[in-house]
Amino acid sequence: MAKGMREIKRQIKSTQNTKQITKAMEMVSAAKLKRAQSAALASRPYSDKLREVVSSIATGGGSVSHPMLQSREIKRTAYLVISSDRGLAGGLNTNLLKKLVETIRSKHKSADEFALFVIGRKGRDYLKRRNFAIRQEEVGVPDSPKFADIKSIASNAVQGFETGEFDELYVVYNKFVNAISQIPTIGRMLPLDASQFSGDKSGPSAQYEYEPSAEEVLNVLLPKYAETLVYSALLDNKASEFGSRMTAMGNATKNATKMISQLTLNYNRARQAAITQEIAEIVGGANALS
Amino acid sequence: MSTLRLEIVTPERKVYEQDVNMVVVHGVGGQLGILPHHVPLVTPLKIAPVKAKKDNSEEFIAVHGGFMEVRKDKVVILAETAELGADIDVARAQQAKDRAEHRLSSKQDEIDHKRAELALQRAVTRIQTSGR
Repeated sequence: MAKGMREIKRQIKSTQNTKQITKAMEMVSAAKLKRAQSAALASRPYSDKLREVVSSIATGGGSVSHPMLQSREIKRTAYLVISSDRGLAGGLNTNLLKKLVETIRSKHKSADEFALFVIGRKGRDYLKRRNFAIRQEEVGVPDSPKFADIKSIASNAVQGFETGEFDELYVVYNKFVNAISQIPTIGRMLPLDASQFSGDKSGPSAQYEYEPSAEEVLNVLLPKYAETLVYSALLDNKASEFGSRMTAMGNATKNATKMISQLTLNYNRARQAAITQEIAEIVGGANALS
Repeated sequence: MSTLRLEIVTPERKVYEQDVNMVVVHGVGGQLGILPHHVPLVTPLKIAPVKAKKDNSEEFIAVHGGFMEVRKDKVVILAETAELGADIDVARAQQAKDRAEHRLSSKQDEIDHKRAELALQRAVTRIQTSGR
């Protein structure tokens, strides 16, 4: 029985080590989640302002039109996939990528009908393993990303739409609801929905003068607006990543605690059994002698 | 003297928010000076320093592109990057300038040329901003 005891003891120890790690990761994720949330908040004034100006042009001008506001016949679709670099975040990436692959399979018949832009190592590896061609990838995005980190991939995706290479652009990311719930989302980003602008008449919409002209201002603004949307999706995904990791690690810690108590119980039982047996042996030996 | 509120916002944070008397920017159509009660205006900006006049002092902010929205008593500049003079690493900007100049002098294809030109503009803007 002594051997069984040693085995159990070793298991307890290793579970304890794992618990320590998961506990530390949980706390680190909680701190990072807070930072990611405040980053998302800090980016809001910029995108709000852009949106305000774009909508005031789009609604005020009336005659103003721009290729990015018009939907055309869809021949080719681009997906911009935002995933995390590291795992250990529960089903976060898997759920998202599964959803993406399902959508692609159901919507497109051949590989020519779509293009993939990927941010994050997990997404890249997953899609590469399944033999999807990736147009552009960006890995190693830091935990508090700067706009410059994703500028090139975002503007390439937007440019592809402008030049007519593809007729739709979807952003695939995890929408952050709260620490325990993130929703895998495939949202259409381009063409921009014009009705989305005409809807909000928040605040006194001033009649602006445009220099040099409304069209040209729009030409500059819309690509910027689209890139900003990508950036805020990235921030959202980062927050989701940390939230999901926090929850996953919290669960792991809880499970480890449960496991340790079960193992300790087993260990004590084994110990008691060993003692009982020893006593029985001694008594048996003494009886035989007398 | 009446003032207007100048805000400079990037995707990451608010770089600048203060009441000033006058703002001087380089729009795509040329240099513009904005005083309080200016007519509402929207214009894209060039890569250039923005000058903010306040009482008797002047402040410079390096603004890399983006655009400006003017309202009656408020000016909002939205840019992908913006830096105050004190935050600029001059040595790095100088290096970037040299590099860009070197690239421009050695003939290359169109895209590289364009990129080097933009890099040069940014570096020069940074140096100008920090120098004042």
